[in-house]
Amino acid sequence: MNIDKDLVAAMATPLVLAILAEGSSYGYAILKRVRDVSAGEVQWTDGMLYPLLHRLERLGHIVAEWGESPEGRRRKYYRITDSGRAQLADQRRQWETATRTLGGIWGFALPATGA
Amino acid sequence: MNARDTWIGDWRAALQRSGAVDDADADELESHLRDQITELESVGLTDEEAFQIAVGRLGKVDQLTAEYAREHGDRMWKQLRAPAPDTPGRLSIAVMLAFAALAAAIVLIARLLASSTASDVLLLNGPISPWFIRDLGLFVLPVLAAYFVVVRRTPTRRVLVLAAGVAVLALAVNLFPYAPGSASDQLVWIHLPVALWFVVGIAYAGREALSSARRMDVIRFSGEWAIYYALIALGGLVLLGLTILVLTPIAPDLIIEDLIGWIAPAGAAGAVVVAAWLVEAKKSIIENLAPVLTAIFTPLFAVMLVVAAVGYAVTGLGRDFDRDLLAVFDVLLLVVLGLVVYGISARSATQRAGLMDVIRLVAVVAAIALDLLVLVAMLARIGDLGFTVNRAAALGLNLVLLVNLVGTAWFTATLLAGRSRPVQLERWQTAYLPVFLGWVLVVILVLPPLFAFA
Repeated sequence: MNIDKDLVAAMATPLVLAILAEGSSYGYAILKRVRDVSAGEVQWTDGMLYPLLHRLERLGHIVAEWGESPEGRRRKYYRITDSGRAQLADQRRQWETATRTLGGIWGFALPATGA
Repeated sequence: MNARDTWIGDWRAALQRSGAVDDADADELESHLRDQITELESVGLTDEEAFQIAVGRLGKVDQLTAEYAREHGDRMWKQLRAPAPDTPGRLSIAVMLAFAALAAAIVLIARLLASSTASDVLLLNGPISPWFIRDLGLFVLPVLAAYFVVVRRTPTRRVLVLAAGVAVLALAVNLFPYAPGSASDQLVWIHLPVALWFVVGIAYAGREALSSARRMDVIRFSGEWAIYYALIALGGLVLLGLTILVLTPIAPDLIIEDLIGWIAPAGAAGAVVVAAWLVEAKKSIIENLAPVLTAIFTPLFAVMLVVAAVGYAVTGLGRDFDRDLLAVFDVLLLVVLGLVVYGISARSATQRAGLMDVIRLVAVVAAIALDLLVLVAMLARIGDLGFTVNRAAALGLNLVLLVNLVGTAWFTATLLAGRSRPVQLERWQTAYLPVFLGWVLVVILVLPPLFAFA
């Protein structure tokens, strides 16, 4: 199933923040994680992740730091900040409201607070 | 470097061309690309397959750069701002302003000296001695050369050579007994700034003035400088016009005359240095303008030249052959040459010959054909009426330009045929620069005595 482009774009920010909330990571690994979690159903043009990461960095939700990969290649790692966690919590409330609303109509319900 | 590194290098270059993706971004994307390639190869894909798929997954280059441009708009349109304190940038501004002030001061002092004598030459709202106009380049361009000498810390010996060159020109121009308002006088007035611009160019190039690449930089610098100067001049005119309009009700005419007579020339002189500094300061920030303008105007000039060449070939030159026509064609050839040179300066050495080269070739060949027609007619006229200093200067420049354009046409044609490389065309142009200098010096130093300063 292909998920609509606009929906993917709307999901992008909480998705990236949620993955970084699990621990600091870098672009390639973030995309891999998205693919694994969604079983390949959320498709993303890989390159588009980076401008998003830069925007989140500019907004102060994440910080970036150059490091090295195990093979000695330069790699940029991103870490979530407190402001990013607050943003994530806020987004999560919004998404829960959205899915609960749709679920109420389509006949499935989501717990009011996250699992 | 293996094939894969070459592909990655090309891809990186394509990404960075727009300016939206900086080095660090490209590093990040390349790191991603290499991770992806490694993973794809580990499942058995070949080098090339892995590269193609990895690049495809990252997204189309134009879409990607558009996305980066949206996030990093500042990179696309950087404002010129004063550098933070304690960086060398502030010093560079101070040095630039000092030299701009020096140029302005020299022009004003010369203006003061020149206006004190009675003369029938009117310029800048007052009578002025002819030498002021003739020497105008000498007041400003050596200052610009000196600015580059200081900024580039040119070794003393080289400075002395440049200074000696300027001194010879200054002496010749001022000691030759021109008849006031004579043709020689005018020719010198036109050619002296060109000769002095070569001095600026040599000062700009620094110690590698002989290398082709460095000469190309001088050409690029000259084009960008001209554009910045024109823009500053435009702004200056608006400022001056508004000032006059605002002050007219309250100020006597005196103030307005002073504005035009004194402030305008000082500003024009200072702007020469400011424009040079701007070119250097903004070199890497926005795309160079001269090549962009060239790309717009080369096809238009090609059409105009072809139409004119066909027209003249059909109708002939006619009996009312204008004696100034040769000079007009010199200007036309200069413009064509400028279009060619700035077109070349913008093309990367690895780029293959394309449509733009075809258009360039059409323009050059049409210009040559047109010029040959005029040249033959002009030679006949000179055969009838003999040489004057003006005809000699126009004919000489014409031949100098013609040889250059024939060479240009040859190298462009072989480039299109795949038998030469762009760098050869570039070398032809840069190697030809001394010929221009030589001719300009002939016009300043040899022709006037030859024609008895007529």
